[in-house]
Amino acid sequence: MDGEIELRVDGRRRRLRVDTRTTLLDALRDGVGALAPKKGCDHGQCGACTVLLDGRRAITCLALAVAHDGAEVTTAEGLADGERLHPVQEAFLERDALQCGFCTPGQVCSAVGVLDELAAGHPSAVTADLTGPVEATDDEVRERMSGNLCRCGAYVGIVAAVRDGAR
Amino acid sequence: MTDLLRPRVLGRSPRRVDGPAKVTGTARYAGDQHVVDPAHLHLVQAEVARGVLTEVEVGAARALDGVLAVLTPDNAPRLASARDAELAALQSHDVAFRGQVVAAVVARTREIAREAAALVRVRIDPRPHDVHLSADRDDLYAPEKVNGGADTDTSRGDLGTGLAHSPFTLDQTYTTAWYNNNPMEPHTTTALWLDGDLVLYDSTQGVHTTRQATAKVLGLDPRRVHVISPHVGGGFGAKGTAHVHAIVAAMAARAVPGTPVKLALTRQQMFSLVGYRTPTVQRVRMGCDADGRLAAVALDAVSQTSRVKEFAEQTARPTRMMYAAPNRRTTHRLAALDVPVPSWMRAPGECPGMFGPEVAVDELAAACGVDPVEFRVRNEPDVDPETGKPFSSRNLVACLREGARRFGWEHRDPTPRAREEAGWLVGTGVAASTYPVSRTPGSVAAIRCTGPGRYLVRIGAADLGTGTWTSLAQVAADALGVDFGDVELRIGDTALPEASVAGGSSGITSWGSTVVAAAEALRERFGDDPAAGDEVRAGMPDNPAAGRYAMHAFGAQFAEVRVHVDTGEVRVARLLGVFAVGRVVNPRLARSQLVGGMTMGLSMALHEHSVVDERFGHVVNHDFAEYHIATNADVPRVEAHWVEEHDPHTNPMGTKGVGEIGIVGTAAAIANAAHHATGVRVRDLPITLDHFL
Repeated sequence: MDGEIELRVDGRRRRLRVDTRTTLLDALRDGVGALAPKKGCDHGQCGACTVLLDGRRAITCLALAVAHDGAEVTTAEGLADGERLHPVQEAFLERDALQCGFCTPGQVCSAVGVLDELAAGHPSAVTADLTGPVEATDDEVRERMSGNLCRCGAYVGIVAAVRDGAR
Repeated sequence: MTDLLRPRVLGRSPRRVDGPAKVTGTARYAGDQHVVDPAHLHLVQAEVARGVLTEVEVGAARALDGVLAVLTPDNAPRLASARDAELAALQSHDVAFRGQVVAAVVARTREIAREAAALVRVRIDPRPHDVHLSADRDDLYAPEKVNGGADTDTSRGDLGTGLAHSPFTLDQTYTTAWYNNNPMEPHTTTALWLDGDLVLYDSTQGVHTTRQATAKVLGLDPRRVHVISPHVGGGFGAKGTAHVHAIVAAMAARAVPGTPVKLALTRQQMFSLVGYRTPTVQRVRMGCDADGRLAAVALDAVSQTSRVKEFAEQTARPTRMMYAAPNRRTTHRLAALDVPVPSWMRAPGECPGMFGPEVAVDELAAACGVDPVEFRVRNEPDVDPETGKPFSSRNLVACLREGARRFGWEHRDPTPRAREEAGWLVGTGVAASTYPVSRTPGSVAAIRCTGPGRYLVRIGAADLGTGTWTSLAQVAADALGVDFGDVELRIGDTALPEASVAGGSSGITSWGSTVVAAAEALRERFGDDPAAGDEVRAGMPDNPAAGRYAMHAFGAQFAEVRVHVDTGEVRVARLLGVFAVGRVVNPRLARSQLVGGMTMGLSMALHEHSVVDERFGHVVNHDFAEYHIATNADVPRVEAHWVEEHDPHTNPMGTKGVGEIGIVGTAAAIANAAHHATGVRVRDLPITLDHFL
């Protein structure tokens, strides 16, 4: 069975027909041609498909496209303004927080989401004080970025890049 | 080869050339390449470990709207060569391992392909299977050679006498687990036929090796197979040799003429179809005097292979050249089992093979009361202990000393279980690393002048995150004597001159030597000021020093481990590695490679373990929820450093390779630190909390 949905992806409005079984990830990649989110596991276990969905980071392989009619999606490609990179992307380059790059678009989206969550004072499992503002310490960043696996082992650089992005 | 390239761009740290495309997600991997109206392929796998296919019932699958073709052993075209049993897709009704491809469905959409694959009914007459690896099996056999072409067994002096005359001896067995490479990008192939030519957008560590393998199996002239792979989402060896999915994709595309076919393996399928690191059993025997000087060293290694295709992990290889001892022996034995075909995984041989011996050294050093850093220094050989060849350079001692200094080893109390901080037992440990310097023949580079002082360098090399796009361009810039920005590099396509596979840390040695030779040929032919359009090609030259020297990189790894007193939870608090890897082409990228290797070593030490259910012959934890790789929160401070090393013999750049050595020795350093923390000696990986309770 098919359904028709409308998405706003990286600022552009798109109407598309999707199988009701189609994940948001496959709809983005196959339907919209937004190829920045990657399929690393298709089970919500690796984070490579992370985008900002209505402003919050989300794993698109666990979302059904038909359930997100009207959604606003920002991928890693949309975070950059043409050639001008988002500060987090710039920090990833400077810290060499990537190798093969396959998990990187998801890491970058997740990092932008993490910085927003920190700024909004959302606590995590490692936050000691649940009442005050939350600082972007190494431990906070590691904890919050742990939904994004990296097999090349770029975590040390990723933590540094996210902290750079917080400045 | 004494005149090394004068470093101007070498040794500097330009950012990754492919970085902007990767952080924005615009780098095109195999699954991202644009093709018109592709069909989608989904594989059906055997659900028994051994047997004979009696029926593949495809009626229901075929009847589904949108299904274009269903391939089975009953209707699949005959392949030109079925000699490589791993690649002989759908050629036989025999099932040799659980997970073997038994059917393939092509459909208009991913969803339909997947649904149809679930509708294919496979009947298999099961036969008794055996997937049990043990050193006590009575059917172990000695392979002719081990991976990399090394001898199966070696012996010097008399091991028995050496052990008998040693006041301190060790005889212990260590095991490493079954590991799956698990690059983040699942193996992906998009196949299309154009007028009898086959185009493969493939995730591969070598476009030309993939072309060669697929052409042979499909019976094609290699020049009619085009493999394109500009970016590879990690490989770690799993994309180093062709695997069956590429063949099935090509067969499926042939079954739907004019339609490109996309295949991306699922994460689960990767656990049986793309190789893995065999588990190993390592019996280590060592004997030393009261000063810790080794008189005897032996490693007897047992690993598994598939019954249908042999892979012999060279587990004992590093034991042959690490430490001086007059009496020594190494052996390799294999158990041929009904398991998927094992293959390369980051530092095959050295990675598992430096676990047992480096823990054994720690045990023996403790037994004779010698500091483990000092123990290793005292057993430093003058020449390669087995071949008698001089080392082209060997700076293990410098790595150990510099690592000890940086790590703060000096004031270490060697007493186990002597430090507790807030409910955590704290310990530190050390282990050595090594990896051989390899060169793979077969590469050709073309260099063309494209304008005043500007050059296009073409070679079918690969970048799987290793940094080739950047580092090989740096080599070219210095070889041509121009700025980094004046070189345009093209890699990752069989339209480019032939290149060897990215494996064995041989990339820069092989491709770099080739590019340097091409630059020299260009200067010789056209001088310092060639005209636009002037072009040369050159192959990789021989290295006359290759047979005369033993060439290896070395390193020393230090770990701080914390084990919870009550729960036994084990955490790595700190890793520090110092390496001697020749000249470093790009410090920014090399550090990533070394830290990445150490991180994967941490993951191997604490987390990774493919658990086989022997009743059914498969890896039960076949996804990221259950096959744990280190996450960000598992990885603490990891530092990689290197010592200055001038090696005039390895290649014109003076490099040794950095892709693999980082993982070698990490798990041993962590196991040794865990022992120092707790007094418990873990000899079987992974190091899990149950060992400490």
